[in-house]
Amino acid sequence: MKFWRKPLDYDKVSVPHGTVTIIKDRCKGCGFCVEYCPKDVLVMSEGFNKKGYHPPEVVKEGECVNCNLCEMICPDFAIFSVAIPEDEAPENEEEASEEGELDDED
Amino acid sequence: MKTDPAGVLTGTHYFDGDWACGEGAMAAGCRFVAGYPITPSTEVVERISGRFPTMGGTFIQMEDELGSMAAVVGAAWTGTKCMTVTSGPGFSLMMENIGLGAMMETPCVVVNVQRGGPSTGLPTMTGQADIMQARWGSHGDYELISLSPQSPQEAFDLVIEAFNLSELYRVPVMFMMDECVGHMTEKVIIPPAEEIEIVQRKLSDKSPEEYLPYDFEGKEIPEIIRAGDGYRFHTTGLTHDKRGYPVMSAECQEFNVRHLVDKIRQNADDIVRYDEEQIDGADVVVIAYGITARVTRMAIDMAREKGVKVGFMRLIVVWPFPEKRIRELAGNVKGFVVPEINYGQVVLEVERCAAGKSTTVGVPHGGGGVHDPEVILEAIMGAAQ
Amino acid sequence: MSNVKQKVRAEEAEHPIAPYLRMDRIPHIWCPTCGIGTVVKCYATALEEAEVDLDKTAIISGIGCTGRVAGYMKLDAFHTTHGRAIPFGTGLKLGRPELNVTVFSGDGDLVGIGGNHFIHAARRNIDLLVILVNNFIYAMTGGQNAPTTPLVARSSTMPFGNYEAPFNIPNLAKCCGATYVARWTCLHIRRVTKAFREALGKKGFRVIEVITPCATLYSRLNKLGTGLDLMKFYHDEADICHGADTRDVEIDFQSRIVCGKFVDEEKPTFSERREEHYRNKLGDDFVGMPSEGGWLHE
Repeated sequence: MKFWRKPLDYDKVSVPHGTVTIIKDRCKGCGFCVEYCPKDVLVMSEGFNKKGYHPPEVVKEGECVNCNLCEMICPDFAIFSVAIPEDEAPENEEEASEEGELDDED
Repeated sequence: MKTDPAGVLTGTHYFDGDWACGEGAMAAGCRFVAGYPITPSTEVVERISGRFPTMGGTFIQMEDELGSMAAVVGAAWTGTKCMTVTSGPGFSLMMENIGLGAMMETPCVVVNVQRGGPSTGLPTMTGQADIMQARWGSHGDYELISLSPQSPQEAFDLVIEAFNLSELYRVPVMFMMDECVGHMTEKVIIPPAEEIEIVQRKLSDKSPEEYLPYDFEGKEIPEIIRAGDGYRFHTTGLTHDKRGYPVMSAECQEFNVRHLVDKIRQNADDIVRYDEEQIDGADVVVIAYGITARVTRMAIDMAREKGVKVGFMRLIVVWPFPEKRIRELAGNVKGFVVPEINYGQVVLEVERCAAGKSTTVGVPHGGGGVHDPEVILEAIMGAAQ
Repeated sequence: MSNVKQKVRAEEAEHPIAPYLRMDRIPHIWCPTCGIGTVVKCYATALEEAEVDLDKTAIISGIGCTGRVAGYMKLDAFHTTHGRAIPFGTGLKLGRPELNVTVFSGDGDLVGIGGNHFIHAARRNIDLLVILVNNFIYAMTGGQNAPTTPLVARSSTMPFGNYEAPFNIPNLAKCCGATYVARWTCLHIRRVTKAFREALGKKGFRVIEVITPCATLYSRLNKLGTGLDLMKFYHDEADICHGADTRDVEIDFQSRIVCGKFVDEEKPTFSERREEHYRNKLGDDFVGMPSEGGWLHE
């Protein structure tokens, strides 16, 4: 990550935002979504669902980029993300600078 | 309704039973046949493969009989009328998907031109030893319909009946010919298309939202649909509920399999078909089917010349078995004589229905030929004592 | 306030796959960390992206874990006998040529008991999309040896390790005449989806092998951890090599898995060849099978 430079058109690109929805009781706790979420939005929760599995939970609200990876990889159809319309989304510029900072810290 | 003229070769022909059967299937509207070559049935598909390209039908020679029967069950779900053709060893392989056809309630016809068995047995010679296999061959409980023609003309007429019954009751129908009938060449009269009555598949007119594939409450036979019409239905070989969804429970088994059995048993009176001759006042009734029915006639004439009152009952529909009629006769006749080209199959059914009220005498023949009328005569004379 | 609103939305919201599935049958029967569900999601996404007419799409499965897929898809769905999904699909396709037919089944079903049908359908180039989910084992029946179990891997009927050579499925499919052959693992969600989408738009006998983890049996018997551990293994060991010679893509126990698209060619299908042949031989006397099925209507 450290070696990445900002693309030249970085200011023109708007990062999409998504809301993750977890259908807890359908989850079987495989952990695929937690493992592969590129923004580490999810962690396995401490709590149980009604079948006794630990479903994931969202820990970085607002950082989901709506890539749908969790939705695609979930074998139990228990998680999905929906795009947040531009006007409802967190300010892109703020978000971008935050991410930039994070990258630098990495 | 009347059949499609494209498949009807109206006229007087000199055909063997296999060709007549193939012509009958085409006249009944059959437009998909999957098969695998096997003596003595192959002439049926040879006939069909030559005629189908001019009437919008598809024949495919599959890699084996397992695949043939699976393809037929699959094609039946497109609304196309389908058939497969085989003989003993292939019939054994088809049993897997005959069971699937029964479970999914799929209309189709399976022709078995019987030869001597078991195993490869007598490929080119006759037998009738698959008749119980037609009834019980696939595992589990179900009821099917079996017909047995005695001549090429009947091979033509009855195969149309076989298609009609399969549509009416949503079951695979076993068309149990034998090598003698299959290879016997005789006059076959094919009537004009407008004289051939067929049962057309009645697709459900319910909407996809309200349609359930196995909802037979209120009627005996569930309404059928076909793939590609937007119903997005599900069907399975597993025990299923009325939605066609698998449900593993004793209750669902009762719901599902009881229906498979009842739809034939409760309609047996409508399905059963037989010919009778001089039954009234007979001391002995001879019961036969297929080629054996023809051989038996000479023995009956000989017995009548000797003064024995002999009646004759020829089974056209073998399964469901004409239990009711045989129970009526039992007690009124001294004995039943059952010649068949096996070591005793249908005779056991007759014995069961006679229930000890009349004697039952089997006249077995191992296959490879037909009975000598003298042997049947001897059995008739014995039963008349 | 907005949080409350979002919560309500989350509970009411249905998964985007819902229109493609029989939601009254979900949750499905597959074990935790089994990958079949992921392949189903990829297939549903591909159906959406390829804009396939769902009313004209049929799906057929045989028996086994993957055999349950047809039962969950909201299409005309057939759950058939063991190994017979391909001939059943052949009947459906030939009986009503306008249908798009997908056979979605497992390795044991399609190349074990159904191996003969597989090679002959490929030889004839029957117009079927075959999605072959390979978990290297007979899972539904308790982990018995499969025709794909790699050498030395343990199975419940090879307790001291497998000594039978496994099938190299892409090579088998290619040699028998398949027109599209690809292999991916279920970690490759985008590529699997793309392969499905691409294959849905093509004709002929198309085979896509998808390697999936079986945590309950294959992984347990071989001490490989959970399905997630196998996903990580795919991440490390799957090499993407489009156009690789299929003779070189056999799979050994826990070693490199070559993925990619190996075959993509145009060949006349069974029906096309048949039609062309009869037109040449019979001219105007030839009558093809109507696309909506054989003679049915008044």
